[in-house]
Amino acid sequence: MSTWHEYLNEGNPVPLWPYPVNYGRENRLSTDVLIFGGGIAGSHAAIGARKAGARVLVVEKEATKWSGNGGAGVDHWLSACTNPCSKITPEEYTKRVLIDCGGYDCGPLRYISSRESWEALLDCESMGVKIRDTDEEFKGAAFRDEETGLLFAYDYENRCEIRVWGHNIKPSLYKGMRKLGVEILDRVMITAFLVEGEGASRRVCGAMGIHTRTGEFYIIEAKAVVLATGLPGRIWNFSTEYRSTFRDPNCTGEGVSAAWRAGAEFTRLEESFPDSGTLAYISYAVGNAHNTWHGCPIVDANGKEIPWVDRDDKELSSIEERFRPAQGQRFMLGDGLRVPPSYENQNKKLAPDLPDRIRSGEFVLPLYADLSRMPEKERRAIFGLMVGNEGRTRIPVYETLTKAGFDPDKDMLAVPVMDPSAYCHSNFWAGVGAPQWRMWGCGGVVVDWDLRTNLEGLYAAGGAVFGAGAHSGAAASGRFAGRRAADFASSAEEVPVDDEQIKREKKRVYAPLNPEGHPIGWKELNAGIGRVMQDYCGQFKSEGGLSEGLRLIGEIRESEAASVSAANPHELIHAVECLAMLDVCEAVIHASLARKASSDYLCFNRIDYPRMDPPEWRKLIALRKGKEGAEIRDLPFDYFLKDSNAPSLEENYLAHGGLSGKEAHK
Amino acid sequence: MNSPRMLPNPPTPNEPIQFASDICNGCNLCVNICRSDVLMPHPEKGKPPIVLYPDECWYCGTCVLECNRKGAIKLVHPMNQSVTVIWKRKATGENFRLGMKHPPAPNTRKPCS
Repeated sequence: MSTWHEYLNEGNPVPLWPYPVNYGRENRLSTDVLIFGGGIAGSHAAIGARKAGARVLVVEKEATKWSGNGGAGVDHWLSACTNPCSKITPEEYTKRVLIDCGGYDCGPLRYISSRESWEALLDCESMGVKIRDTDEEFKGAAFRDEETGLLFAYDYENRCEIRVWGHNIKPSLYKGMRKLGVEILDRVMITAFLVEGEGASRRVCGAMGIHTRTGEFYIIEAKAVVLATGLPGRIWNFSTEYRSTFRDPNCTGEGVSAAWRAGAEFTRLEESFPDSGTLAYISYAVGNAHNTWHGCPIVDANGKEIPWVDRDDKELSSIEERFRPAQGQRFMLGDGLRVPPSYENQNKKLAPDLPDRIRSGEFVLPLYADLSRMPEKERRAIFGLMVGNEGRTRIPVYETLTKAGFDPDKDMLAVPVMDPSAYCHSNFWAGVGAPQWRMWGCGGVVVDWDLRTNLEGLYAAGGAVFGAGAHSGAAASGRFAGRRAADFASSAEEVPVDDEQIKREKKRVYAPLNPEGHPIGWKELNAGIGRVMQDYCGQFKSEGGLSEGLRLIGEIRESEAASVSAANPHELIHAVECLAMLDVCEAVIHASLARKASSDYLCFNRIDYPRMDPPEWRKLIALRKGKEGAEIRDLPFDYFLKDSNAPSLEENYLAHGGLSGKEAHK
Repeated sequence: MNSPRMLPNPPTPNEPIQFASDICNGCNLCVNICRSDVLMPHPEKGKPPIVLYPDECWYCGTCVLECNRKGAIKLVHPMNQSVTVIWKRKATGENFRLGMKHPPAPNTRKPCS
């Protein structure tokens, strides 16, 4: 008895907006380090900056206690190369990932992640997250270290990926931040930076935003800002009706938009991944053998087991082998990093020719995930520990399925019946979409060894930085960026606020309250922008198509986007998100136009430049907003080891505030 | 039943978050933390929140985790998802699914905590 329609049908009048609305009323705040986005990266950045002695303010569009892509939980912690059981060094790990990404990865982010992700996990432990098997539930399991009580995933020999009980990760971080004296401002969406100066001397010195419930305006002066807004979504695919987005739908690119308009430099924006959108299934809730479910036996309708193979497609004879490197293999990367492992680092996997073997009738649909074929501790680790703690699984999957009677000891969970091609990868819940349907890849701002952008005072962490990442990388890079931002803030001078910028931004963000012409709602605008991206910047791109897309985005700014209307603060926020999306689309299309070659690594197909990764295009394309269009330059893969940088990863890390030995955890 | 009123079609999914009105005391803890602001406080104090924007739910389940009255909130996947969650009991060959009329007895084992 709590839907809106039921409420009205009972004869109740339409209530007034429940929060006091004061569009445009100004609130002025000031801090040393402003954290833009209070998700995983932002929370760790706040803690890092606060521990370094700065005054810290987190501004979060959602509610920080559970917010962000990783806010609903985490079940395994990647790249923990410095944990006491790891057999892989951060150097080796970073170099391998850079190779696997074809070079298109961010060295500083990757190295910092593998160097500090274990320390970030220890921080979480000190705030109340369980990371060790203290109850000895898994005593004797092949994945347990008997001395430390740590449990490992994927590669039980090399032990870089740690299984954790992280369903409460965000409330723990929230409590930890409060205890340290971090200030938190929830339900405020930052829409623009305050900047000072032009060109190379431009500095970010604060931000502006709107309250998502009251519509009030916020002006925040800060000596340094950490951009921690994650990955933009809803850019290609948008359907509120039958949604199954893997990523938090509230991440819509206002961070990218604000940084783009301020002149921050981005790279890898041309990359986008296939997205099955509304055709995806509940993550981790249908039969699969991927990520959290890695290693699970899959059987066909007649109970015949699908073979698991090694990197040479050699069939494995035991379940145990699924978690051990192949003969002669140094280590396996595991899943969840958004890096396609090369031959050297490949995981054990389901037979990749499964689609053909289904077509030929060797295996009969539907397939099932049969956890009961695993040893009890492996089964419990997958369903009880990982599904019980992963983001969006404790309630949506574990509780929902067990209450409905599912028992992994007795039952097989069905894999959806799809086109055989969909079984080429064990991530069966991803389903299959249309070629036009895409999602944000690994694009983000370019950073140096301080995780600073090209703009003075603007640092970045987590998904906001270009390069692949995951929960642990967001935590580690947040921790680091927070420290560096605090260090800068400690000697930075305050800059007087420029009222002209405030006036301009207020005019822009409150425009939907007085739309031009015939009003249009935010949903229709969002879907319309998405359609342009689907048609002109989908899987197959061309000069003509991309140029047309760019023209249409520009045209929408003057027509539908100028007519977008808002009846309350909630709608206003969504309308302003759509305005941000237009900037995001513009940047993505500029980047796509600039790369005149196709790339396997970047899932980037130019029908007019079909050659895949030709040698002359093995480089990053860096771009920022120009007076007209975009300013574009080439950036070599190893930019972070060139010019004024030291020649090795570790030297750079240590020279820029990296922590060694006992300093690492404090 | 009240006389029919002029209303648009109910948004889909209809009701991702269901409140048990006999357990929920209208404390609005869930309203305070919902990332998408799907829930609005009920105009009448003490009553369960109104699910104003069901179409914006991410199905993250944190409202259930935040709630301190067991059983007050139920997360319900939309039907186009629940019909895909199917399992087979190995011993008997029975087929079950999320949302079926006569489900098997609940599995009471708790997740690892």
